[in-house]
Amino acid sequence: MTVHQKTLIIACGALAREISLLIDLNRWHRFDVTCLPANLHNRPQLITGRMAEKITVAKQSGKYDQILAGYGDCGTGGDLDRLLDAEGVIRLPGAHCYEFFATTKPFDKMVDDEIGTFFLTDYLVRFFDTLIIKGLALDRHPELLPDYFGAYKRLMYLAQTEDEELDKMAEQAAIRLGLEYHKQFTGYGDLATFLETHSGGSG
Amino acid sequence: MTNTENDQVDIVLSDLNNDDLVEQMFDDLYDGLADAITEGTEILLNRGWLPYEVLTKSLVAGMAIVGKDFRDGILFVPEVLMAANAMKAGMAILRPLLAETGAPKMGKVVIGTVKGDIHDIGKNLVTMMMEGAGFEVIDIGINNPVENYLEAIEEHQPDIIGMSALLTTTMPYMKVVIDTLIEKGIRNDYIVLVGGAPLNETFAESVGADAYCRDAAMAVDMAKELMAHRQGSAAAQMAAS
Repeated sequence: MTVHQKTLIIACGALAREISLLIDLNRWHRFDVTCLPANLHNRPQLITGRMAEKITVAKQSGKYDQILAGYGDCGTGGDLDRLLDAEGVIRLPGAHCYEFFATTKPFDKMVDDEIGTFFLTDYLVRFFDTLIIKGLALDRHPELLPDYFGAYKRLMYLAQTEDEELDKMAEQAAIRLGLEYHKQFTGYGDLATFLETHSGGSG
Repeated sequence: MTNTENDQVDIVLSDLNNDDLVEQMFDDLYDGLADAITEGTEILLNRGWLPYEVLTKSLVAGMAIVGKDFRDGILFVPEVLMAANAMKAGMAILRPLLAETGAPKMGKVVIGTVKGDIHDIGKNLVTMMMEGAGFEVIDIGINNPVENYLEAIEEHQPDIIGMSALLTTTMPYMKVVIDTLIEKGIRNDYIVLVGGAPLNETFAESVGADAYCRDAAMAVDMAKELMAHRQGSAAAQMAAS
């Protein structure tokens, strides 16, 4: 593998905390991180364009030998991958963050066990009110709950960390959405593997 | 009765003339006021409007404004859902009356979300807008394997098959359904429309659909256009034979 001097990770804001933590823990100093707003997920058609802008700026800076995308497909319908392929940028494996935290096989099994599973990660638990309740206007229009969640049966909290407070918050989120609560500890899953693969060794 | 947000002046819907009432219903639909839509619908019917007139001139025309503003990024999904629920309230009154009064039939649609996918907001909006436009819609729900589509096709003999998916991982299943129709030699018997957030025209073409529908309003336009084309072709064939 080519060892790059400096690598830029252009990540979703929903992964910023986890990526920064992994970089600090492993002293992967060759990584710089820049983020796009996590709330772009409510308008995925904007993700590819914003990513293109970030890539252009990074390439023009001349600072980076390699650029990674800390994203799944995230509802872009393959548009993001087409851009990244053309730009020579590698992205995380999987369609979305639930999948690469849980890793593909366990994730597929959870969906097979209950297709009506709504997933939360640490980030989504922390920002549940902002991204889910306010983002979907359920604070103003709680009567829309069945429109959004009528087909879901359970909420699965994919925990990156063991944190009692987050566990309680996730359970409250499930109650609020009228879903059965489940929790699965995943750690950082394929996110850690991906970064390690591209770290070129520590330091 | 409806309450305008700015000046808090009560508007008595029954005091409005027909034109003003329809204009007010556009506003009420835009604001997602289901009770006001119910009241407005009943008033127009009591004034002797045909159910089909009420539907097209107030509800469908009002939803067209909502659809346009959604497309232009002025309204977002929650507002569209509120408007759709308001329209649903009007439709609940009109639906039985439309059947009785022989409203024009545009065609029959079988619609469902594909296997592996339980997202149905878009599908439900399309269903309602299609009904509003005079299509008979058979909604087969969510997470449909190809067998469900085939059963519904056999049972209902639709003109149009609509498939919806929200996930990048489930949208390829649309090709499975279309390929199965091809294998059975019945693909060209139906118009196939596809839609869902991660889709685009290129994808629709690659799986062999007739059209990609970016939103519910466009699905209706596309369905009407393709039905007209189909009927035109059939008429032309009959004339030639």
